Amino acid sequence: MFSWQTQPLTWMHFLGMLIGAVIVLFLVLFIVMYTIYFERKVIGWMQNRIGPNRVGPFGLLQSAADVFKLLLKEDIIPANADRPMFLIAPIIAFVPSFMVLAVIPYTATHIFTAGLNVGVLYYIALSSISIVGIVLGGWASNNKYSLVGGLRSAAQMISYEIPLGLSILGVIMLAGSLNLNTIVTHQATDRFGWYIIPQIIGFVVFVIAAIAELNRTPFDLPEAESELVAGYFTEYTGFRFAFYMLAEYVYVFAISALGTTLFLGGWEGPFLPSWLWFAIKTSAFIFFLFWVRATMPRIRIDQLMGFAWKVLIPVALFNILLTGALSLIL
Amino acid sequence: MYGNNYLFVLIFLALGVFLPVSSLMVIGPLLRPNHPSRAKTTTYESGLEPVGDARARYNVRYYLFALLFVIFDVEIVFLYPWAVEYKHLGVFGFVEMLIFILLLVIGLVYAWRKKVLEWK
Repeated sequence: MFSWQTQPLTWMHFLGMLIGAVIVLFLVLFIVMYTIYFERKVIGWMQNRIGPNRVGPFGLLQSAADVFKLLLKEDIIPANADRPMFLIAPIIAFVPSFMVLAVIPYTATHIFTAGLNVGVLYYIALSSISIVGIVLGGWASNNKYSLVGGLRSAAQMISYEIPLGLSILGVIMLAGSLNLNTIVTHQATDRFGWYIIPQIIGFVVFVIAAIAELNRTPFDLPEAESELVAGYFTEYTGFRFAFYMLAEYVYVFAISALGTTLFLGGWEGPFLPSWLWFAIKTSAFIFFLFWVRATMPRIRIDQLMGFAWKVLIPVALFNILLTGALSLIL
Repeated sequence: MYGNNYLFVLIFLALGVFLPVSSLMVIGPLLRPNHPSRAKTTTYESGLEPVGDARARYNVRYYLFALLFVIFDVEIVFLYPWAVEYKHLGVFGFVEMLIFILLLVIGLVYAWRKKVLEWK
């Protein structure tokens, strides 16, 4: 039933695919709930607080309670808003965030993974569609804070998409493939080990660009609460707001999974089962993002844009040429 | 079969649309209250009556960065197939791409010198 990758399509294989995709959907909703809990707990401890501890044992049910609360809240649509666009924008932001998960290799068996030969390109292309959802939400709200938040978000995300795309190029040159499954298996046999070692410059650029793509601190200018209230989702309430939050945290998981796959060897590792290695590495990556958020102050917009174009892009281009030259010599 | 992978992607698309549509348009209206009033549907502006429309002119910087983005994003699209085949292309591929990247770097330096990259 789950051998659909190697055999022709039958209804049984289709059922297997459907079950696989539904499992990924529920798993992702579960992961997002506990990523939010984990973030609040970690940042709480780092700031010498306790974090959520009221709902359920150790506050474990806090995120579930938040979801139910948002589901029961009134859905307010401002009178001045562009109604159809306002309704559709959170959906446009969410759909690509879930679709990118189709190509991530979670385990060695690949039953939850589409082994696309354009895997990396598929991820980069789809994740930029979410920018449309964010800009549309900001514009349709007809609110000054939302509009400025949406525009800033667009400027920031398109600027940082370039270093993100360039930082991955070094990995592609070493692996000779865009297929994420192949990239993982190449790392096991490569003479330098995981690509974090030969691609350390690429990895640093990737992490910085990833944080900026996620609109997280220190690059969270689109939702800087001291100047823009809540940025592009100021006018959103209830479950529509929840879908923006969901998209944001699915991307936290997705980009951590992508970073793990490209630079940290994916599911490769000794002794433990492959899915556990993948979970450990991805959790460590997610923890790093939260650690940065608890540590760094927000930077100014001119510093933000200057940093992408004057530092990250030249460094990423240098990394490509360096990788090219070294792989010719060595 | 390779084509099955794309069917799997289509299932992800269908599920990704199904989740928000079902919860926002089918389950949501059954659970949530709906009592709109004039005060609730006013655009938020720090508790004051909103002044004017939000859709005014905004900074031209955004357009310049969008133009730069288009140029460099196309560059990345050209670089991806080159990177996949890099090991087979050898020195020839390296020199070709050195020239290509150099041309774009000249463009970036020009934008830098013209102070397009300064955000004011």
